[in-house]
Amino acid sequence: MIINHPLLGPRDAAEFVYKGDASLINRPNWQADDAAELFHEYLYLRDNPAGQHRELWYHEQGDRSWLIVTRNTLTHEISNVEFARDVALAERPKK
Amino acid sequence: MSQINRIEGGLINRSKKLSFTFNGQSLEGYEGDTLASALLANGHRMVGRSFKYHRPRGIFSAGSEEPNALVQLRTGAYQEPNTRATVTELFHGLEATSQNHRGSLKYDFMAVNDLFSSFLSAGFYYKTFMWPKAFWEKFYEPVIRAAAGLGRLSGQDDPDIYDKGFLHCDVLVVGAGAAGLSAALSAGRAGARVILMDEDFCMGGRLNVETLSVNDQSGSEWATQALAELSAMDNVRLMTRTTAYGAYDHGIVGALERVTDHLISSENKPRQILWRVYTKRTILCAGATERPIAFGNNDRPGVMLAGAVRAYVNRWGALPGKRVAVFTNNDDGWRTATDLAAKGVEITAVIDSRDGQPPVDVPKGAAIVMGGRIVDTKGRHGIRSITLSNGQQIPVDCLAVSGGWSPNVQLTCHQRGRPTWRDDIAAFVPGGELPQGMSVAGAASGNLSLSSVLLNGHDIGNSVVSDLGFTPSKVKASSSEEETTGISAFWHVRESKARAWLDLQNDVTVKDVKLSHQEGFRSVEHLKRYTTLGMATDQGKTANIPALAVMAECTGKSLPETGTTIFRPPYTPVAIGALAGRARGKDFRPSRLSPSHSWAKEQGAIFVEAGMWYRAQWFPRSGETHWRQSVDREVTQTRASVGVCDVTTLGKIDVQGRDAAQFLNKVYANAFAKLPVGKVRYGIMLREDGIMMDDGTSARFAENHFVMTTTTANAVSVFRHMEFCRQCLWPEMDVHLISSTEQYAQFAVAGPNARKLLQKVVDSDHDISNEAFPFMGCGEITVCGGVPTRLFRISFSGELAYEIAVPTRYGDSLVRTLIAAGEEFDVTPYGTEALGVMRIEKGHAAGNELNGQTTARDLGMGRMVSKKKDSIGNTLSEREGLNLENGLSLVGFRPVNRSEELKAGFHFISKGNTANMANDEGWMSSVAFSPNLGHSIGLGFIKRGSERLGEIVIATDPLRGGEMDVEIVSAHFIDPEGERLRA
Repeated sequence: MIINHPLLGPRDAAEFVYKGDASLINRPNWQADDAAELFHEYLYLRDNPAGQHRELWYHEQGDRSWLIVTRNTLTHEISNVEFARDVALAERPKK
Repeated sequence: MSQINRIEGGLINRSKKLSFTFNGQSLEGYEGDTLASALLANGHRMVGRSFKYHRPRGIFSAGSEEPNALVQLRTGAYQEPNTRATVTELFHGLEATSQNHRGSLKYDFMAVNDLFSSFLSAGFYYKTFMWPKAFWEKFYEPVIRAAAGLGRLSGQDDPDIYDKGFLHCDVLVVGAGAAGLSAALSAGRAGARVILMDEDFCMGGRLNVETLSVNDQSGSEWATQALAELSAMDNVRLMTRTTAYGAYDHGIVGALERVTDHLISSENKPRQILWRVYTKRTILCAGATERPIAFGNNDRPGVMLAGAVRAYVNRWGALPGKRVAVFTNNDDGWRTATDLAAKGVEITAVIDSRDGQPPVDVPKGAAIVMGGRIVDTKGRHGIRSITLSNGQQIPVDCLAVSGGWSPNVQLTCHQRGRPTWRDDIAAFVPGGELPQGMSVAGAASGNLSLSSVLLNGHDIGNSVVSDLGFTPSKVKASSSEEETTGISAFWHVRESKARAWLDLQNDVTVKDVKLSHQEGFRSVEHLKRYTTLGMATDQGKTANIPALAVMAECTGKSLPETGTTIFRPPYTPVAIGALAGRARGKDFRPSRLSPSHSWAKEQGAIFVEAGMWYRAQWFPRSGETHWRQSVDREVTQTRASVGVCDVTTLGKIDVQGRDAAQFLNKVYANAFAKLPVGKVRYGIMLREDGIMMDDGTSARFAENHFVMTTTTANAVSVFRHMEFCRQCLWPEMDVHLISSTEQYAQFAVAGPNARKLLQKVVDSDHDISNEAFPFMGCGEITVCGGVPTRLFRISFSGELAYEIAVPTRYGDSLVRTLIAAGEEFDVTPYGTEALGVMRIEKGHAAGNELNGQTTARDLGMGRMVSKKKDSIGNTLSEREGLNLENGLSLVGFRPVNRSEELKAGFHFISKGNTANMANDEGWMSSVAFSPNLGHSIGLGFIKRGSERLGEIVIATDPLRGGEMDVEIVSAHFIDPEGERLRA
């Protein structure tokens, strides 16, 4: 597979390390009343879709950026690649 | 008699004779021969024995689809079994032997299997060796294994080198026949970066073996000219002897180049290269493969594919026989008759399964049988005659069979595409979804006449490059004479009473397919697995379609309804050595050497692998004959005076930024925000699920600058985790991480004389007295007259100890300086064993304790997990299951009988209980012999351990045997108050 890195262009998937569902960037609030329940869901309950999947890849043999890759799990077609940091910042609740 | 069957013509270099041997017999061929063509030229029809029945077998095809002519090449460690003679390029000194016979090829003792053939039908193994059950291991399996297989492995390491490489291009053209050359010309002329690869050593494909002309030249002349034009283009790379074996995700194609297989010696060059080709577009021009017709005893040497027969005659001037008959269901088969007749070969008969008129002029003297069937053949070691359905016998020494051509769709199916059926050519063609970026041209797409192939290749080449933004050239497609390609599907002769082979390589007959159907194995995938049809080196290239047709007949379904099995890479066999490349033996992964490595080697150190690192395990001195002597001495000397240990391999992470302290506060479970500058703190990291991930220290060198250490084993994963935290969880933080593991050489200097030793090397303007540089202090100093140094007063051994870090290039020099300076203190270098002994004596946890199942609480560090802040793993560490009243805790153990030796892996059972799983209370994680205490000590986890000090329990090892009484004690065997640390 080839991952189209936002800065470095097309790179072989062998340069990356896979982590999993991109929802892992949405870490729950530790002070919530139901924090234990939220963390349990965050860590253990994930979707395993046959089709579009947003997932985390780490460019370990490259610039060490964490990427969110949108991949079709049926065809491996990659339709979008973003910096996880950008996504995380954009999804932050506005202060 | 030399080359008795060699005739005029062909693309061989008759001025270059090559000597080779087959089964020890010296033979000659020419440059440009394959082993198969040379054997045929020398009159060798029989070249092997079949897999199951040990039937005599000959050369069947002229390409990589060969099911029969599998031979063993070379000798000694270079011996290679199951190579196809049809694609083995002849070289001077080649040694080949036939396979799968006991005794000589001609008189094989195992041929007796053929007499028992009625017992050896499909599923024989499954049915026969089921009982008595005990017989399998002792009797059946060894006998079957001895009889199975074709060639033999050398049993030695492969002495050749294999490489891997990456290629990039705009257009990859797979196959350099008429279509591939046309497509490559179109793409190359437009200026695209093109790679053209072909499995043959001579590009041109069927142009080299047919007598059809292109642009009024012979096919091979046109190919030569096209290749000359292509090789003159800077943007085109030609790769012969290279097979595209698989189409992978995102349009990547795998290819195997056989670099030195055609040479007598590799001469230290890589023998084969496995290429990973990144291409924007692929044009598959893989051609088509002829398939046979099944009839009685159709497996005798001399029965060959019709296209192969004329290939041997036209390309190699090698005559497969002197009296040739043709059996065909299509017009193309007739070409063999006319081509051979033109060379003066006697054509005894042409049998066409179709009714009607012959499609071409009849060769002189040949008996023509339209609507004919061959029901049987005769000839013990090779065909002597054929028998027609009307009982007529015709003497022949070669029978050319054509059941039509199947496009080579394999690569189009590697991403689960399924081929579609075309009735007009009676074949599957590429259909549905092709792998990304792939187009198909020529015979591979179902264009079976040369003129259509040339045009199709040209057009597809042009359309692919225009898609990529290039302007196609105006040059017109080359053209060829028209030919007839009529076919009427015909798969097997029903009238045949004798066994009729479908799969020659696996000895699968029409009867086996029928039996499979009868026994319920009707899906093609079941049929394949039950009968082994289509398995092994040829993957059923010639066998699959006829066999599927027989199955379709049994089920009453059509061929497209029956479908094909799934094609998977590789297209042709790829040696495991090529897949491994250079990553074998010691080079399986890189070796990381610490900066003191060569010094340690000079000291005679014994090394141990720790991840990729090589670490000194102990340093034997003269007279020490057992590792324990060395380790005990290193521990004793360190605790008595001073020792030096290389700790470079521990992970080092430089953490900087305005939020560095806040960041560490979140990744460590214990508090870090308020660590003063100039201080080090021990920290524990949890996984988000509350389990211990790693431990280490972080030193604060400035308000916004920390230096973290991790364990050697987790250096990579901790860094990865911290980058995840930084980028994904807390992106608003101003913090940056750099791994500096390899940038600093770091040594532990431990023992009561550690300070005195260091004072000799630390530059005088730095005060490292106990007052100025107390326990858990850190600072940037200089040593040896200005070498920038980081000094940490931390201790893993429990002694007064420091860790001293210098830029890596000073590492070798520093260790030599320390050892020299320490001479007056009787300093000792110590290795990982002594390090381990001392940490167990101190009760420090290491990898054995941080095993991914234990919590901070289990390790006795539960209170370190701060509840006042958010940190990774904090919330879930409070889970009920991780905080049970009778949970595990880490404690020390010693044998009640002090002379007994503890073993890691012991399980603990309360006194009076039976040793079983239900009564299991924990396990011993680390053990060592303590030279200070004079007996064996251990660390381990046991339920409520910290409340049970003084209790005697049973330690048992049901796996290896052994049981003893052990006492639960504090894990701090030495200096429990920590006075030495602070001295």
